[in-house]
Amino acid sequence: MNVVVCVKQIPDPAAPAALDPTTHNLDRTGKLILDDSDAYGVEMGLQLASGEGDEVILVSMAPGGETSGLRTALAMGAARAILVSDPALAGSDALGTAKVLAAAIKRAEPDLVLTATESTDGYTGTIPAQIAELLDLPSITFAKKIAIDGSTVKVERQTEAGYDEVESPLPAVVSVTAGVVEPRYPSFKGIMAAKSKQVDVLSVADIGVPEDQVGSVGAGQEITEVSKVEDRGGGEIVVDEGDGAERILAFLKELKVL
Amino acid sequence: MALDNIWVLAEFAESGPTTLTQELLTEARAIGTNVAAVSWGPDTATHAAALGDYGATKVYDVGDVGETLPGAPVAGAIAALIEGGDRPDALLIPASYDGRDVAGRLSVKLDRPVLTNVVGLSENGGLSSQHTLFGGTIAATAHFTGEGPHIFVVRAKSFTAEAGGGGAADVVSAPAPAPGASGAAKVTGRHVEERSGPKLDEASVIVSGGRGLGSAENYQMIEELANLLHGAAGASRAIVDAGWVPYARQVGQTGKTVKPDLYIACGISGATQHLVGMKGSKNIVAVNKDQDAPIFSVADLGIVGDVHKVLPALIEAIKNSK
Repeated sequence: MNVVVCVKQIPDPAAPAALDPTTHNLDRTGKLILDDSDAYGVEMGLQLASGEGDEVILVSMAPGGETSGLRTALAMGAARAILVSDPALAGSDALGTAKVLAAAIKRAEPDLVLTATESTDGYTGTIPAQIAELLDLPSITFAKKIAIDGSTVKVERQTEAGYDEVESPLPAVVSVTAGVVEPRYPSFKGIMAAKSKQVDVLSVADIGVPEDQVGSVGAGQEITEVSKVEDRGGGEIVVDEGDGAERILAFLKELKVL
Repeated sequence: MALDNIWVLAEFAESGPTTLTQELLTEARAIGTNVAAVSWGPDTATHAAALGDYGATKVYDVGDVGETLPGAPVAGAIAALIEGGDRPDALLIPASYDGRDVAGRLSVKLDRPVLTNVVGLSENGGLSSQHTLFGGTIAATAHFTGEGPHIFVVRAKSFTAEAGGGGAADVVSAPAPAPGASGAAKVTGRHVEERSGPKLDEASVIVSGGRGLGSAENYQMIEELANLLHGAAGASRAIVDAGWVPYARQVGQTGKTVKPDLYIACGISGATQHLVGMKGSKNIVAVNKDQDAPIFSVADLGIVGDVHKVLPALIEAIKNSK
């Protein structure tokens, strides 16, 4: 079974994020890392594709031939990666990104495509459904449990009230919530092996997506204004010296919650 | 100049249109001349009066999609309406599980982009949308540069729902074309998780717990405090990921956006992921042992202390004061 896992390489969320002041695109010039949210899909893929001849193939789109995040996922155990990297992709919106990912995914001939529910930085959350529609595949979003039964994928899908059991024939696209599995830490052996694993770096022309549908040229939306949100501020911060509970109680009474 | 036609994807809970659906209809009424709802399910027609009350003059009824996940058939039905010449200037879609599926698939069918995580809309010839980025530290305004229909996915609590007193919406049948392979995902069972007290996104008081609680067992203190304050119990992503509490309790970017009168964060450091979902609360109390925790930057009252001491004492004090 071939499992494709879509992964995003993002600026470290622990470092302050920035928008380019003129293009309003997210600044991706610094070092990129594997999006935390994608580690769950990688782990899930590795668990589902653990049989003889099974493979986990990573698909990613990033500027500058960036592979540091991919190496993390390869070190976890993925077999190989397809990276689409092209200056023409700068400023792509979610739909343009989905077109690129879908074209790259097709090359891997997957039985199952896993994605995160949304990325940590852009968090649009539409890409899983967009990829599925582009590939004419069924999709199940917000999976909290996944099992494969023959040629069927069985999922527990989050709902407002609880969860639904959902089934779909393969191939299918499934987006996983954080916490679906506990991602493994790459072993030393895995990190060493990842260095020589195959990463195919492709251009937009290679995957056959028209250039006018991607990048800022193809993006049908733009940010026109950016401003800093005022801090709430003005709060009272006190160190608990045994009176913490009383302070809160007094505040609750002031608010007439009690 | 108002927009001519705005469609709202309407979803229903047991009691009628969801709060988010009501919010979107209210906003659509404010910015558009004609508001229509689009919905699916076996009994859409029974909600025509409620949809009308919030401003829809028409409801396109996709009908019963059976056990098929709604994303593919509902997107197909909307695309078919648009191909048939019934064209909205803008579509407002709830940021819900099914709403995002519909938006993603529709965007491909129409070859139109989507603006997601919308928290405000303004009208100046066309529509501009407001978004918050990086945990709510940056506000951005965006708009579409190409032709419509323009698809906006809107977060809960961005607008205040207000009935307008309109008459029942006309029900127009808008069946889904056969979705083919993309519609092959079927629901085989539905599970409702037990919940006591008010809903997280409707509670006026929310008590949330995070990693600082130390163990899943200690979450019981959060529930007890929430109960005493007639509120709901919430959680940070960290303890949902750790499997301590179900995802339905999660407050934050990937979870629920909440704006209660009072939010009490216990043992939550305040990652941007969490702050974006709760910093709109009217009053915020935080208890955390790390005085540099980002949660204190949004707190009206911050207690630098151990939740294992402060919470039991608070619970005791509230019981005594009653």
